[in-house]
Amino acid sequence: MVLIGLGFGCKNGAATAALASDAAKRVYVAPGEKDEVYAFLSGGFSGQMSVYGIPSTRLFKIIPVFSVFPENGYGYDEETKNMLKTSHGYVPWDDSHHIEASMTDGKQDGRWLFLNANNTPRLARIDLRSFETKEIIEIPNSAGNHASPFATENTEYLMAATRFSVPIPQASIPIENFSKGDFKGTVSMVKVDPKSGRLSIELQILVPGFDYDLSHCGKGKSHDWCFFTSYNSEQAYKMIEVGASKNDKDYILAFNWVRAKQCLDQGKASNFGGEYYRNYLPENQPAISEKLSGVKMLQPKDCPGVMYYMPTPKSPHGTDVDPTGEYIVGGGKLATVIPVHSFSKLMEVKDKPEHRSGMIMDIPILKYESTLAGEVKKPCLGPLHTEFDGKGYAYTSCFVSSEVVKWELGTWEVEQHLPAYYSVGHLSIVGGSSKEPYGKYLIALNKITKDRYLPVGMELPQSAQLYDISGGKAELLSDFPTVGEPHYSQMIPAKLLMDKAAKIYPLEENKHPYAIKNEKDARVVREGNTVRVYMTQIRSHFKPDTIEVRSGDTVFFHVTNLEQDYDIPHGFAVGGAPEMPNLLIMPGQTRTFKWKAPKPGIYPFYCTDFCSALHQEMQQYIRVLP
Amino acid sequence: MLELLLKKISKMNRLLILGVGLLFVSVYFLPIWHISLDAPQYPEGLGMKIWIDKITGSSTYDLQNINLLNHYIGMHEIVSESVPELLFMPYVLGFLIFGAFVTFLHPKVYLVILGILNIVILGILGMYDFWRWEYNYGHNLNPEAPIIVPGMAYQPPLLGCKEMLNITACSFPSWGGIILFVSLGILALIVWNEKRRMDVSK
Ligand SMILES: [Cu+2]
Repeated sequence: MVLIGLGFGCKNGAATAALASDAAKRVYVAPGEKDEVYAFLSGGFSGQMSVYGIPSTRLFKIIPVFSVFPENGYGYDEETKNMLKTSHGYVPWDDSHHIEASMTDGKQDGRWLFLNANNTPRLARIDLRSFETKEIIEIPNSAGNHASPFATENTEYLMAATRFSVPIPQASIPIENFSKGDFKGTVSMVKVDPKSGRLSIELQILVPGFDYDLSHCGKGKSHDWCFFTSYNSEQAYKMIEVGASKNDKDYILAFNWVRAKQCLDQGKASNFGGEYYRNYLPENQPAISEKLSGVKMLQPKDCPGVMYYMPTPKSPHGTDVDPTGEYIVGGGKLATVIPVHSFSKLMEVKDKPEHRSGMIMDIPILKYESTLAGEVKKPCLGPLHTEFDGKGYAYTSCFVSSEVVKWELGTWEVEQHLPAYYSVGHLSIVGGSSKEPYGKYLIALNKITKDRYLPVGMELPQSAQLYDISGGKAELLSDFPTVGEPHYSQMIPAKLLMDKAAKIYPLEENKHPYAIKNEKDARVVREGNTVRVYMTQIRSHFKPDTIEVRSGDTVFFHVTNLEQDYDIPHGFAVGGAPEMPNLLIMPGQTRTFKWKAPKPGIYPFYCTDFCSALHQEMQQYIRVLP
Repeated sequence: MLELLLKKISKMNRLLILGVGLLFVSVYFLPIWHISLDAPQYPEGLGMKIWIDKITGSSTYDLQNINLLNHYIGMHEIVSESVPELLFMPYVLGFLIFGAFVTFLHPKVYLVILGILNIVILGILGMYDFWRWEYNYGHNLNPEAPIIVPGMAYQPPLLGCKEMLNITACSFPSWGGIILFVSLGILALIVWNEKRRMDVSK
């Protein structure tokens, strides 16, 4: 590709070194100083989310979401294991792609993050005070929850659409029937309670059996709408690589969610099956897992005006709405242009028959040119995802040609090509999908690392790159390895989050049913073959400290950390416990370690999180009697 | 001298006395003394406040955390209940307020001087008592404490700052204490002013 080399071909060594040292200064955060921005990166196949500081790119934390986390016991202990319950049973892993930040009036509000699970359709809410996963809802009637969780302007709803169309309801029918229209997709409207953030499925809409890929919702004038890309409009079911790449255009589905809600209220949706779990972790209490069944399902034919298809070349991935809400930018993985649809044009033509080229399942297909605002010609190969800097420029990642392209909204002219190392998927600008981007940093989330770091065997760390986009020309500042595949990101200015981060769980508010708030209440209670140990931790000891149980007993250690000091968690681990790894118990928190007492003997338990000068002495014994 | 003691104080000074009495009321609601502990591992600082009737941490959990720190060296737990003086201190302050009102109603210089003496005596007793508590806390260490530094005592300073291991402990009057000092100054000024007025009128 000639484009890649542009602007980078002929720098002499001295100039490059000067540039590098200047870049080093711009990412250097001195000891004790804080970063300017939080970057939340999804972990792809790791099922987690990680938190980095920008511009230093230092890793601060991994937030366990859909995958168990032995480091702190997430998904194992009696408090959090129900978070991973689904209608398929306990699913301790998932594939996490997209992070959405909660918004008020189209601007980041720093309350929650949402993350999708693609494999076993789920959606999670992460609280930004504690940086912990507080709720996971399963999406029924869906297979591959990929176009998720994209929020409306005030986080009224999160959208979740099916990646793998399947028979809905599930049925074992010949796979060939896919091309006969027996496979379907769904779009789910997940309601977010504005105060508590609690999630519920309000409505599903049955849509044609394509692969729904990504989504973004409108803002300002396009507030009522969300836009979903789809590929495989060919409905190929064999060698999809080829079969799904035949059509010159696939579709962006324009969905009027306000209209859908209207139709729901008018009783036009019908009761439909589907079992799903909703798991909620109340503050410092065990997760509450509810099994729910049935949803309201809407057919597009019963709700005219709810959906339109906008043809978009070619297997579109990204569908990104600019800060004004006017432009919907499509990113066609196999396309050679970046098509931009105009929301005003969509409104003008959507109900005029002369602008239609057909219908699928009663959803009108509009003509490509009718909604087109413009095309960025020959920008790169494989444009994927576009973010906006709020100054009239758009940045599009290009997977095949491995670069980021800067172009101008309105003129559709390419301004700059920035190489990426290598094969960039998504990218992220601070607040770049909101109404008010804080357009200073851009990160490119790459799929391949090759020669960027010291080799560490065949599997190299995945990688992200940081660019400064505050000036006229964007500049590469640094790159950094990541945890899992850095699939998608939301970046939030630090000032929106840092001061409200929780420091402790106040003991007096601890409503855990097995909490004790005083060492005097520490005790061992036998209930038949079950033994409950009400245990406290404080620097640097446990109470009770020596325990006797009988072989075969089921022992619950309900451990409360009595500390009320920031950053003084204690750990809890028992030697040889096969089913339960470590627990990290935050100040004021109660968590439960379940242990089947093994054969008679003496078993040590100890604090695993270095807590004080006498941490090493924070250890005791359990005697197992015959 | 007797003439000065029996002199009726001016209307202005009488009002000042009333003001001092009212100012004393605020001491019920303000900490009198403040001890702060600074150490690298406590970047946000730790502190405790001594009120007329209780001891608290500077922020909600400071006292608990100071006690946790102290338990390594075997210092007794600091809790309001272990300081019986705090039970009658509110009455002592009440007595001073009562004195101010009596002086307002019976505005003689000797009562002002009596007030000064009361505050000074109570102040000296109070400071001595405070020093005694600090001494006991700092020296009466549990012989079974995990960390014993030979010859080390942990008595915080009465006034000013002092290094103890890696901790800098500072002890200063807080708003309530400052009010008591200022009131003492006002009373002294009143006596000085009355003496001057007497001298001028001669
Ligand atoms: Cu510990």
